[in-house]
Amino acid sequence: MAQPEPIIEARDVEQFYVQQDGHRTQILSPTSMAIAPGQIVALLGASGCGKSTLLRILSGLARPAAGEVLWHGKPARGQQLNVGIVFQSFALFPWLSVIENVEAPLKARGIGAFDRRKRALRILDTVGLDGFEKAYPKELSGGMRQRVGFARGLVVEPEVLFMDEPFSALDVLTAETLRGELLELWSSRKIPTNAIFIVTHNIDEAVELADRVIVLAHRPAHIHDDFLVGMPHPRDHKSPRFLELVDHVYKVLTLPDETHVLPAAHAAEQEKHAPLPHARPGGIAGLVEILGDRGGSDDLYHLAEELAMDLDDLLPIVEAATLLGFVEVVEGDARLSASGRAYAEASIDQRKQIFREAALERVALLRHIQSALRSKNDHALPAEFFRDILDERFSDEEAHRQFQTALDWGRYAEIFEYDSGSDRLTLQDTLTPAP
Amino acid sequence: MSTPSLLHRLYLRRDRGTLPIDAVIFGAVLAGLYALFGVGRVWLAPYTPAAEISRSPWSLPLYSMYSLARMGMAYVASLVFALVYAYIAARNKVAERLMIPCLDILQSIPVLSFLPGVMLAMVALFPGRQIGLELGSVLLIFTGQVWNLAFSFYASLKGLPRELMEASRTYRFGLWQRFYQLELPFGAIGLVWNSLMSVAGGWFFLMACEMFQLGNRDFRLPGLGSYLQTAANEGDTASILWGLAAMIIVILLLDQLLWRPLIAWAEKFKFELVESASAPHSAVLAWLARSPVLAWLERKVIAPAWEAANLRVARMEREARERPPEPPAAWQAAALRAVAIGAVVVVLYGVVRAGHSLMELTVSDVVALLRGAEATFLRVMAALAVGTLWTIPVGVAIGSRPRLAALAQPLAQIAASVPATALFPVVLLVLLRLGGGMGLAAILLMLLGTQWYLLFNIIAGAQAIPTDLKEAATVYRFSGWERWRLLILPGIFPYLVTGLVTAAGGAWNASIVAEYFRFQGRVMSTPGLGSTISHATDSGNFQLLLASTMVMAAVVVTVNRLLWRRLYRLAQTRYQLG
Repeated sequence: MAQPEPIIEARDVEQFYVQQDGHRTQILSPTSMAIAPGQIVALLGASGCGKSTLLRILSGLARPAAGEVLWHGKPARGQQLNVGIVFQSFALFPWLSVIENVEAPLKARGIGAFDRRKRALRILDTVGLDGFEKAYPKELSGGMRQRVGFARGLVVEPEVLFMDEPFSALDVLTAETLRGELLELWSSRKIPTNAIFIVTHNIDEAVELADRVIVLAHRPAHIHDDFLVGMPHPRDHKSPRFLELVDHVYKVLTLPDETHVLPAAHAAEQEKHAPLPHARPGGIAGLVEILGDRGGSDDLYHLAEELAMDLDDLLPIVEAATLLGFVEVVEGDARLSASGRAYAEASIDQRKQIFREAALERVALLRHIQSALRSKNDHALPAEFFRDILDERFSDEEAHRQFQTALDWGRYAEIFEYDSGSDRLTLQDTLTPAP
Repeated sequence: MSTPSLLHRLYLRRDRGTLPIDAVIFGAVLAGLYALFGVGRVWLAPYTPAAEISRSPWSLPLYSMYSLARMGMAYVASLVFALVYAYIAARNKVAERLMIPCLDILQSIPVLSFLPGVMLAMVALFPGRQIGLELGSVLLIFTGQVWNLAFSFYASLKGLPRELMEASRTYRFGLWQRFYQLELPFGAIGLVWNSLMSVAGGWFFLMACEMFQLGNRDFRLPGLGSYLQTAANEGDTASILWGLAAMIIVILLLDQLLWRPLIAWAEKFKFELVESASAPHSAVLAWLARSPVLAWLERKVIAPAWEAANLRVARMEREARERPPEPPAAWQAAALRAVAIGAVVVVLYGVVRAGHSLMELTVSDVVALLRGAEATFLRVMAALAVGTLWTIPVGVAIGSRPRLAALAQPLAQIAASVPATALFPVVLLVLLRLGGGMGLAAILLMLLGTQWYLLFNIIAGAQAIPTDLKEAATVYRFSGWERWRLLILPGIFPYLVTGLVTAAGGAWNASIVAEYFRFQGRVMSTPGLGSTISHATDSGNFQLLLASTMVMAAVVVTVNRLLWRRLYRLAQTRYQLG
């Protein structure tokens, strides 16, 4: 996918002061970075390391001592940047009411009274301050004041919303609530901005919110790390990947002289995403038996011809058998593996046992379902729970088919039972012997 | 309101070798005075019809109106000038380096030292017409008020929180919108309190102007001040009482109808994000807020007009911004340079001419001048000492009892507004009957005019002593003397210094009126700098007038630098509480 054109780009921007004796104090080393649309970018660093300076350079509030800032490819210097900004201390005007504070930027743009009021009321509704229009900031709590700050930043429909440690002055619970609401508005696209740039010293916050994290090390400030988070929202603070990322950032910040490599996402994570081939246990058994008859291997085309099947219809079964480790495909030939041979020669009970072992070992989804059921006291869960997970990765129709296949395999392998009446899955720990 | 911190900031900022700029400014002042007095000198034999001041109580309302009108005009002019001056100084680095030292010096020069010279000049410029005197009084009051207001607004502009400025820049506020939505509201409380103080000082000058007489020349204007002076002249006790009553009523009305509502309204602009439990209230403001007529006016007339005007200004500013910036024409820079050079040349010329003129002074003149300066200086110090002696115990007592303080503070403000200069003729009358001399009267006048500033500041200082320090003193069982020595006196020290500076300025001003006064047909004077100034004007000794005015200005500024600023620094470093 082609990279969308960045909204703001900084090229070798620097910030320094020249003292009277000619000595130079470097605040920010030459830094280049870009803010692309559709992203939340977090700038992370210890306090006082120059992150606010970089934010002010990018947003046009400060001029860099060297280098240039581009807005949509053209120098930002002569232009009016359409940005919004949210401050740590809220920066509301105490003598203006909430609605007057929010309307002020619109007033500056020469928008008439009626339109101003309409837009302001709409954005106040979005951030949840309906009914507080005439209140004054001193009557509001910290969380509500920052909501006003958000409303003011968004009412101009900025292309980039800059936030300078917006949650640092709030208590923990309020900050969490606001972060959650921000994410929700962003995900559901109710927020009229194309990109968000947030400066923070809170590692957890950065990993929770951002699609892309830039870590700034100091003395003088420079970009030490820049990585994509790649996790879907909402993110679980306790999930292994989250903790891995936090750990990585922590190491980068506290041991800046060593190089740290961001660990790639676990194979297991990727496996979970592998779709199940749509084949029934019966079909898999049949394939294995046929191959056993033919001496353990056969050409796929030949097999398809003989069975009067399209190759397209045969392939899922072959894939399923491969996934379970019963068959290997080598140069167009399907070959039985050792476990496949064992499967072909086993009795029905034994087959179930072999299938169950193979399934739990090699099919992540079934493993996941089993551990989820195990984690509950009554070992039962509504099927909807698993359908939701599949929904996230597949289209509606495909998710449904995936779930059916998993259901087939799981029931056959007696990993779980499914009651279609109550739509619930219940764990089965042991195989019931065949009558 | 925080006069200590405002003045602190001024004094601390200025300590970076600004001697050359000060010298330039002094030179400019000298040249200016030379020009001013030169104008007045032109006038030889005047015919200012002597003002007929009626002693009838029925003329009091009219006279009050006259006085109020002069105050009002002077105040409006001061406010507008102060806002513009402060804005330019705060936003333009080059201008700031000249304008702030200028403000500092001009603020220190006692306004009344110009009184004779300005009146002379004004009469010369507008011979035979009342308007000269009126303009002169308005000008003097303006000079007394404007620097205080300018400095307050300048300090608040400099103290604007950075994030609010950043918000206004990001959201593209034009200059006008930033001014009325951010800068002016932020400075509003300081401006209101300083207006209160400036107007109180203004009354002082106004009364002095209204009753001004030199030798056989009469510069009086019809008003409260001249009424009281005429009444005292004739020994007419009944009229004196009526006059005093009228003055007090005027002050009270101003307080209730103007200052209290303004202070209550200005609470809105307090830059604290906490609802204050003891916010000042004003019944008048509450009544105005409920008025349906005013509400209708606001909704139908004022708000739409204001909105339309703002949009128009915003649009003009946007268009100006979008036009590509024209490079400044070469001739503009050259013209600016020419003007600057021209100004310097004029000042130099004035200084040189003034210098020549001053050389014409005889030695005995100079000696008398210096002796007079010494005498007045001693009187000022005496007045301050006496004032401090009684205001410290009373002020601390009041300040330590919150309920008493809440009662006493408005009273002290009103008392500070009552112009001592208006009382002077009355005081003189009483003293003469008792057998005192002008010297004593002078000290008494200085005291009357300035002790309220001391009291005011000491009350504030006593209130500001943190409770935990007081508790520590109790727990460790400080004796009475120890409590005073270790806690109270150091605690109120910064506030005391502020009060002393203001009081000293007022005392020097009072000396002009107090040391040379025409009363009951004769001129009463006592040796001093103030009397030298007035005498020089009276006898037409132009060089002496110039010299004595400059000497007074120089003495006050020097005392400022050597004494008050040192004390400030001491207060800031050793005695700052938190």
